[in-house]
Amino acid sequence: MLKLVDVVTHYGPIRVLKAVNLEVRAGEIVCLLGGNASGKSTTMKTILGVVRPTAGTVEFEGQRIDRLPTESIVRRGISLVPEARRIFARMTVWENLAMGAFTRQKAPPGELAEDFERVYALFPRLSERQQQPGGTLSGGEQQMLAIGRALMARPRLLLMDEPSMGLAPALVDQVFDIIQAINRQGTTILVVEQNATVALSIASRGYVLQNGRIVVHDTAAALLGADHIRRAYLGEN
Amino acid sequence: MADVLQILPQQLVFGLALGTVYGLIALGYTLVYGILFMINFAHGEIFMIGAYVGWWVLSWLLQAQVGGLHPVWVVPLMLVHAMLFAGLLGVLLERFAYRPLYMRGATRLGPLISAIGASIFLQNAVMLTQGARMKVYMTSLLFPRTWRFQVAGVSVSVLVLVMVGVAAVMMWGLHLLVQRTSLGRSIRAVAEDREMAAIMGVNIRRVIGVTFFLGSALGGAGGVLVGLYYTQIDFFMGYSAGLKAFTAAVLGGIGNIRGAMLGGLILGLIESLAVTFMNPAYKDVVAFAILILTLVFKPTGLLGETVSDWEKV
Amino acid sequence: MRGWAPVGWQRRVAWGLGVVAVVGPLVAPNDYWIGVMTRICLYGTLALGLNIVVGFAGLLDLGYVAFFGIGSYLYAFLASPHFGLHLPFFVALPIIVVLTAFSGILIGAPTLRLRGDYLAIVTLGFGEITYLLLINLDRPINITGGPSGIVGIDVPVLAGFALSRNIEYYYLFLAAVAFALFASARLRHSRIGWAWQAIREDELAARAMGINTTVAKLQAFAIGASFAGIGGSFLASWQKSVFPDNFLFTESINILAMVILGGVGNLLGVVLGAVLLVALPEVFRDFHAYRLLVFGLMLMVLMVFRPQGLLTLETGAAKEEPDLAAAPEPEADARV
Repeated sequence: MLKLVDVVTHYGPIRVLKAVNLEVRAGEIVCLLGGNASGKSTTMKTILGVVRPTAGTVEFEGQRIDRLPTESIVRRGISLVPEARRIFARMTVWENLAMGAFTRQKAPPGELAEDFERVYALFPRLSERQQQPGGTLSGGEQQMLAIGRALMARPRLLLMDEPSMGLAPALVDQVFDIIQAINRQGTTILVVEQNATVALSIASRGYVLQNGRIVVHDTAAALLGADHIRRAYLGEN
Repeated sequence: MADVLQILPQQLVFGLALGTVYGLIALGYTLVYGILFMINFAHGEIFMIGAYVGWWVLSWLLQAQVGGLHPVWVVPLMLVHAMLFAGLLGVLLERFAYRPLYMRGATRLGPLISAIGASIFLQNAVMLTQGARMKVYMTSLLFPRTWRFQVAGVSVSVLVLVMVGVAAVMMWGLHLLVQRTSLGRSIRAVAEDREMAAIMGVNIRRVIGVTFFLGSALGGAGGVLVGLYYTQIDFFMGYSAGLKAFTAAVLGGIGNIRGAMLGGLILGLIESLAVTFMNPAYKDVVAFAILILTLVFKPTGLLGETVSDWEKV
Repeated sequence: MRGWAPVGWQRRVAWGLGVVAVVGPLVAPNDYWIGVMTRICLYGTLALGLNIVVGFAGLLDLGYVAFFGIGSYLYAFLASPHFGLHLPFFVALPIIVVLTAFSGILIGAPTLRLRGDYLAIVTLGFGEITYLLLINLDRPINITGGPSGIVGIDVPVLAGFALSRNIEYYYLFLAAVAFALFASARLRHSRIGWAWQAIREDELAARAMGINTTVAKLQAFAIGASFAGIGGSFLASWQKSVFPDNFLFTESINILAMVILGGVGNLLGVVLGAVLLVALPEVFRDFHAYRLLVFGLMLMVLMVFRPQGLLTLETGAAKEEPDLAAAPEPEADARV
């Protein structure tokens, strides 16, 4: 479904992504692992068209998207749950979700109502707080809101940038359970994470990004199992 | 002192009318600032051009000797023309004088200087094409001076009621648009987090253009109202009105829509009170003083968020 | 002059200008053009002063004309029948320099915490307030002479020699602009100049390096204002009168344009800016009515196409895209 081939991305004079190759097939959960400054967020931004790759291609469902504006890419069915959630703090929960459905304005209202229902079913806490400004929610609730918001677009591919960040371990498990549930409902997911163990526990395959390059690529089981990989790339945990 | 107290209610009414118009113009500044973090220095000129457009419409109607001139249809006609013209002008300005600058990720001062240039350009363009002498709004033909009401013991002209009414309706309309519609949400989203809004699929350029249109249209409407009330307009009126409306926007909290309206009212009232009690020649000083005091002591304004200086400003 | 070493052709242009400046009036076609050259020197001084505030320290001052006006009126107070004071030129001048520097501190002080647009607007407000005071302070006591200003200002007497012809004023003004150039060059490579540059680039980082940004900024305002004070005195003594309308907001923008046109911070550029913006309107005097129209258009076009000015700053250091005291703009992403 998504294919990055030899992607090189610069930030000014700095080459952040040096030759990234990765693939996500329909229906999978794939995780992209790596430490700080490995290029994970830049990869997300490149996929979404927020930054343009200097070389290489990004393909989605067989078509090149690396030269398209973000707006078009999003309309093709890719949604992002950004790092640090970045919900609209001054807008209410409901409004945040509505913004998530922005690209689907032409859809019949019945469909939109369904989407709200689906999100509230996944996250009952959000239903309770519909009219509250996003800024008043706790960290965990904001993470749920960010996920819900991304789901409102009915994405075919969901990108998640460090969903575990800043969350207590119990919440992390909850969030990843939800991610699995979303995947079972039919959404393909690419998760970028520092917390390798949790991410690999729900993924089918994993890539490890280091200094802008993919250094390891294997099934999740293999990655979890291989000690030397764990220690070298995934951090002692 | 007694006669001061006597004219006080009158002055307050005047202040109220002035205040709603300031608020209307201030909305233009605040909308643009909220979304681009730039001060559209040429907004005062857009207001001035709105006043001129209203004048054209009225003069044309008079000249064509269209009978049965009644404010109930003439005023909306003037407003619509002025708002459309002003709105489009704002969009053009954004597209050609500002967008190339902020797109570059350039400093905010490039757009400010370009805006100053646009302001000077527009002032002189109007002066050269319309003449340096003032134009007169034949308001008395629409609103005979005897047409007044007694409101709480004060004699209020219908014109003032119309002004306040129109301004109030427009502000309410804007409020509804921004709070209840999808477009309004996208404007707020872009104002809050532009990158995220883009990731939601919002067409940022379009939203910015629409915001400029709205803000400029409101400024243009303000121009018509001011023209009707003061009856004299000239190419330079945008400068001081613009600065005062900007003061109102800052006072209320720049970027904050309700703040602009509140700031306008407060400024209008303070200014008319000041004129009552001191030398009218210094009334502009009052406005500038308020501006400076606000920016120095509470730059986020009355309703603005408490964001530290180093972040927002 | 270690501080000012323009490269290559800039050096040639500078020398060329220098020669023209010294010899020009002797070969000028008529007295009118000597007057024009005198005005160029006057505005050159002013622009160099503003350059210190805007170009060196990165503080966008839209109300610079206030200092110009204060300097002019102070000279009128000290050397005219208005208050009956008739101080000699070289006695009045230092007093005015000190007083305008002080006014620079007064106006600069409230702006210290402000940045970018807000700083600009506040200084604009002060400029307007100054104008309003100048035009209205003739009641109840006549301080400024109101809209008709002050006339009959004394002729400057330098070492027993009373200035009378334009050409004599010219060389006086030339001395002023030369002084301004010299001072600017020295300042730029002095400790305070480096402090200003650090502040201009990143104020937080400058503070972290131990620079007292408050003092540095106030110094910029004070020194910049004092240049305007000098310019103001010279104007008053040349014109023999001062009027509030000499000091409108458009004058601030005019001077700012000179600074920007040449390339912010670049001394030669600023001087060239003054030359162009004084001489061109003279050349196109027939189109006088369009002057401001073209001026406004020029500002827009300049910002869109060449914001760094006609000459970029020549110091090797960073490639100076004039970062006019920018506060970080919330992600103005180019793709958006």
